[in-house]
Amino acid sequence: MASQLFFFFFAAVAIASGIGLIVSRNPVSAALWLVLNLFCVAALYITMNARFIGVVQILVYAGAIMVLFLFVIMLLNLTALPNLQKIDWKRAVAFLLGMAVFAQLTYVLAGSLDLLPEPSMPDAASGSAATLGKELLTRYALPLEVTGVLLLVATIGAVLLARKNSSK
Amino acid sequence: MEWTLSWYLSLSAALFAIGALGVLLRRNAIVVFMSIELMLNAVNVTLVAFSRAMGDPAGQMLVFFVMAVAAAEAAVGLAIVIALFRKKETVDLARFNLFRF
Repeated sequence: MASQLFFFFFAAVAIASGIGLIVSRNPVSAALWLVLNLFCVAALYITMNARFIGVVQILVYAGAIMVLFLFVIMLLNLTALPNLQKIDWKRAVAFLLGMAVFAQLTYVLAGSLDLLPEPSMPDAASGSAATLGKELLTRYALPLEVTGVLLLVATIGAVLLARKNSSK
Repeated sequence: MEWTLSWYLSLSAALFAIGALGVLLRRNAIVVFMSIELMLNAVNVTLVAFSRAMGDPAGQMLVFFVMAVAAAEAAVGLAIVIALFRKKETVDLARFNLFRF
């Protein structure tokens, strides 16, 4: 029951942020919608017991790749960025505190009604780092090495493509 | 605690369709790249869901490699966008006609 609620919540947010990605006019807000989407997908991985993949999703996608996107957007200065609104700090702090109290109340209520999801059992398909790491360094050692070479080649290619050709 | 494969597959199909729509409809090259990342993510959701359903970690290994390839693709693609921007001063895909005589 609780896991179904988790799924529907994160699925709804993921689809909504995907739609936000393709309809937003400003590329920076499109990138931020994509970050929200990636976080929701990471949460869905964790509901599927793929914890390591979920963490890697946040680190690699929401961290590295999205920073690259935002960096390129800002580097190219695609649109005149909209004026930053002054943040109303009182309102922001009130919002955060309210959400914290709401989360605590929800947690206590769900705990008293036995709705909290119990930690899932480590089974054969457990996505723990230990399981995946063992597989990665034994059965999939050759693909791992090839991936390393691929990343090296991509790095060199990106540097060559993006550099100013001033040598001519 | 019932876990159903079909929900995850439906979600994945929806995300993939949204990403494909973004690639087809948008003309900003960077947003098109982000839509491609969205499609890659939809495929990853499918792989993890099948991995869970079959009790086999091979699907999660595949997701790992897909992520590595996606990172490489993003780096090279954004470098191409920068090179094109240097040449044309725009990232509007409708104005790239390098292969046309």
